[in-house]
Amino acid sequence: MFTVSPAPHAKGPLSTKRLMRDVIIALIPAFLVSLYMFGLSALFITLVSIASCVFFEWTIQKFVMKIPPAISDSSAILTGLLLAFNLPSNLPVWMVIMGSLVAIGVGKMSFGGLGNNIFNPALAGRVFLLISCPAAMTTWPKPLMTRDMWPWQIVDGVSGASADAFTGATPLVWMKMGNVSELNAMDMLVGKMGGSLGEISAVALLIGFAYLLVRQVITWHIPISILATVAVFTGILHVADPAHYASPVFHLLAGGLMLGAIFMATDYVTSPMHPKGMLVYGAGIGVITVVIRCFGSYPEGMSFAILIMNAVTPLINRYMKPKRFGAVAKAK
Amino acid sequence: MNFQNLTKGIFKENPTFVLMLGMCPTLATTTSAINGIGMGAATLAVLIMSNLAISLIAQYIPAKVRIPSYIVVIAAFVSMIDLLMQAYVPDLHATLGIFIPLIVVNCIVLGRAEAFASTNGALASALDGFSIGLGFTLSLGTIGAIRELLGSGAIFGQTLIETDGILIFVLAPGAFLVLGYLMVLFNMLKKKLA
Amino acid sequence: MLLTLLIITFVSSAVVGFVYSLTEKPIGEVKKKKIKASIEQVIPAFDTVTTFKVADDGDSLVFYSATKNGAAVGTAIETFDNNGFSGHISIMVGFLPDGTINGVAVLSQNETPGLGAKMSEKQKEGAKPAFTTQFLGKNPINFKLAVTKDGGNVDAITASTISSRAFCLAVQRAYDALKAHQAADMDYSQLVNAE
Repeated sequence: MFTVSPAPHAKGPLSTKRLMRDVIIALIPAFLVSLYMFGLSALFITLVSIASCVFFEWTIQKFVMKIPPAISDSSAILTGLLLAFNLPSNLPVWMVIMGSLVAIGVGKMSFGGLGNNIFNPALAGRVFLLISCPAAMTTWPKPLMTRDMWPWQIVDGVSGASADAFTGATPLVWMKMGNVSELNAMDMLVGKMGGSLGEISAVALLIGFAYLLVRQVITWHIPISILATVAVFTGILHVADPAHYASPVFHLLAGGLMLGAIFMATDYVTSPMHPKGMLVYGAGIGVITVVIRCFGSYPEGMSFAILIMNAVTPLINRYMKPKRFGAVAKAK
Repeated sequence: MNFQNLTKGIFKENPTFVLMLGMCPTLATTTSAINGIGMGAATLAVLIMSNLAISLIAQYIPAKVRIPSYIVVIAAFVSMIDLLMQAYVPDLHATLGIFIPLIVVNCIVLGRAEAFASTNGALASALDGFSIGLGFTLSLGTIGAIRELLGSGAIFGQTLIETDGILIFVLAPGAFLVLGYLMVLFNMLKKKLA
Repeated sequence: MLLTLLIITFVSSAVVGFVYSLTEKPIGEVKKKKIKASIEQVIPAFDTVTTFKVADDGDSLVFYSATKNGAAVGTAIETFDNNGFSGHISIMVGFLPDGTINGVAVLSQNETPGLGAKMSEKQKEGAKPAFTTQFLGKNPINFKLAVTKDGGNVDAITASTISSRAFCLAVQRAYDALKAHQAADMDYSQLVNAE
């Protein structure tokens, strides 16, 4: 009945279900915004992504790992939801399914399932797609224009000629092209910009953040250290050369930074356990993101940054161990 | 001469999936079936010749200088292969690039020289080189074929499906993925046979 | 010990030297063929080539001015641009004597695979036109070397405006250099004819 174990207890299976449910609730505001901006296609992509993640999880557990499927812990639903939030809503359906397969099969089950994965599964799926199908992954539908269209009706730009009418770039791509002036901070705040499904509205994501804090699902350390690092780093660049580097406000609101900082980087399994470790981890993500955004060959670096720091997490945990409850430091 | 020496490199002592040697060319050059096989064949040629030469001279070399001696012999053969490829298969040479000269430091070659050729007869050593080299070639060919098929919808340069392909497989991360999952299959197969 | 090493080294280098002497000639021919092939890709058949360099923007353009039976058939220019998505791109552009673009070949680029890197794709039979195909047979006098977004005549590679822009700039750079060269050196054609 009562298991005696050292902290942290948060990794225990008992609370998994509640945690997952809370994170899903926290994602609802961002989902509503994406429904408003992208309409039908956003709904469709999200449903496909969740359905295929659950399907692959069930299939792999049942037939490959030969263990009783544990779909009821909702983790596959959350992975599917987060994956969809990281995709443009006009992505071809087969790519969504392939992304789900990689997220669940490669990102999670190959390492032994929930709790053993080194990398955030949804991000593994996203990065796989980003590298594999870069053209489709970097053409986004324009907000509000495609609300009554299915994903395949919005010409995806890979094969179509009239793609420019409905699709466009994200603010970060505009920045790479050198015209930041077209952007309006207010639009970016509420989410009226091109981008992946769930990343567009900073306000909606912050509401989710507040909910997670209130429910004590996550602590402030990781998101705030990421955002602060990005703000400081881009601030220095902006002051040094305003013509070349966008302002910190722009960087905070653009791309997947908010979504990543609040929902992807804070994944329990793949982030450090100790607050000090969390700060180091967050700062690392912030620095890598800015470096990729400003100097790299991809417009957005958030997902790469989180994956890289995921890989460093075991090392951080080794040097910044959470103190066991009641443990006393040994006298040397 | 037993038959084992000839087939061990393909399965039991497969250099890629069992010994895990020569990972650098394995990951870097297997973007297509032809490239993988080309790299494997170059290594195969060096292995046979270096094993043969070393087994012949091993007894005259003092133990203290045997590693430098082996390396010199191997380097000579690699230089020869490098020059010959430049002259007669320039396209393949251009794609494999730096990895041809790097066969010198491929662990497989020195490993076989030290572990097998130095203590065995000439014919056995040549066969050993052939066997291991063949295993290496087949492994690289397989990885290359899978990457080519998934990454560009083609096999041996013949387009099967007109598509952009799943690009990740012709890039470096795809090499790790394919190698990893092939190793899984290999281990499963080995377990079943054992 | 020393003697063994000496003998091994000596024999090895002798063997390598022998193979080198065997392959020296074929390798040289292969190299010559390669340069010739990349020039041939972009300009019509020729028999003699004069090569010279023109400095430009901290780097230099290489001119391969080709003639056949004494008459100028075109100029292949190795040109570059530093504003690709990942920096430097290098391409070979072939112009006919009147300035018409006869061929384009990408020599080196580090653009994102699947996006900007598509500029190196060659035209496949039955496939949709490759990016470089649209330049063929166009004269920059009435073909504006800029992407449509910037008011030019070039259809950019999907989702790769920056790479396409850099490509246009590189071609433009070659064209400008060609024009400047022709203007500064009016005797140029006679010089070639005289050879």
